[in-house]
Amino acid sequence: MRTGVIAKKIGMTRFFAEDGAHVPVTVLALDGCQVVGQRTQDKDGYVALQLGAGAKKAKNTSQAMRGHFAKALVEPKRIISEFRVSEANLIDVGAEFTADHFVAGQKVDIQGISIGKGFAGGMKRWNFGGLRATHGVSVSHRSLGSTGNRQDPGRTFPGKKMAGHLGAETVTTLNLTIVRIDVERGLIMVKGAVPGAEGSYVKIRDAVKKAAPADLPTPGAFKKAGEAAPAKAEEAPAEEQVIETPVEAVEAAPAPEAEAPAAEAAAPEASSEGEEQ
Amino acid sequence: MNLLQQIEAEEAKKLLGDRKIPAFQPGDTLRVNVRIKEGERERVQAFEGVCIARDSAGISETFTVRKISFGEGVERVFPILSPSIESIEVKRRGVVRRAKLYYLRDRRGKSARIAERQMTSGKGAATAAEAEGSEG
Repeated sequence: MRTGVIAKKIGMTRFFAEDGAHVPVTVLALDGCQVVGQRTQDKDGYVALQLGAGAKKAKNTSQAMRGHFAKALVEPKRIISEFRVSEANLIDVGAEFTADHFVAGQKVDIQGISIGKGFAGGMKRWNFGGLRATHGVSVSHRSLGSTGNRQDPGRTFPGKKMAGHLGAETVTTLNLTIVRIDVERGLIMVKGAVPGAEGSYVKIRDAVKKAAPADLPTPGAFKKAGEAAPAKAEEAPAEEQVIETPVEAVEAAPAPEAEAPAAEAAAPEASSEGEEQ
Repeated sequence: MNLLQQIEAEEAKKLLGDRKIPAFQPGDTLRVNVRIKEGERERVQAFEGVCIARDSAGISETFTVRKISFGEGVERVFPILSPSIESIEVKRRGVVRRAKLYYLRDRRGKSARIAERQMTSGKGAATAAEAEGSEG
């Protein structure tokens, strides 16, 4: 079993198929999705990868999490999630996923948190029919109607569909087709809608109920911790250099805090240096 | 431009290729050449009528063409970037005072006419005159 990835939902648009048919697509972006940790059989009793995505300010990250990210030599992540994998598909910590982890035409499952709709009535929440518009119905046009029987059983059965909180729950949409991949910008375009609001993070995995295509990269498509793309290297020069040439890194960003464990993770650059020494 | 608009702009450019979309607006009479696939064979069919609306923008932009076919009003909505549109010709330019000419649906004959727009200068005048010449 291959790992999935965490992606950010950008929004929906449409493409044209060859024959002129519309294809509705959701654009998902890999927002610095990296391996943050590994779960192994010996240590944890199960095999999984811990992935993180999105950027988070170090000052808004708890001390404990700062330490965790520093240990993995990755910048603080906004969202963290685990993906169960088989032992052969474990990926080294620090690897950053690229969009060609999936291939066009492949089926995937996408999990997200649906848009919250607050307290909703039976018509919206369960597609109830409501009562009639006329014929003597007063005030209760959108009510549930009956919720049970009479003296026997004398109660409403548990699980009866009623008004209540709708949305803001984890929803998995199965078997969505990948329409296109943009490796350069880290975009995955999927046919159809994906649960969640725009800007929210979703989990993409290979479809569990469909056979995976043979040309899928295993254990995955990613850049190893050291060999990031040039653009990425410019963003975080210190971190990238640390791995390849530690001496240069210290010169580039001489951070005395690196010595002090308390301030070790104050900045991502400093934290990674601290670990290196 | 945000990422989504960027993607749409690129896609639109790709769809258009070297195809040109003439400038037209509601009230203009258009001839839309549509690719139609019949089994293996592909042919081009023309749909000629008055453009009564242009909707939406960007990659989803559409226009509505209305014609009277055998005494029955027929409207067709075309996505402007659709690959099944081979070309669009502007046959006649009209003078109208609104963007959506839905009032034409309730009219027949004389009252459904649209006055021709006189182009006084520029490139548009030439094409308008040309269109008139071919009609006459």
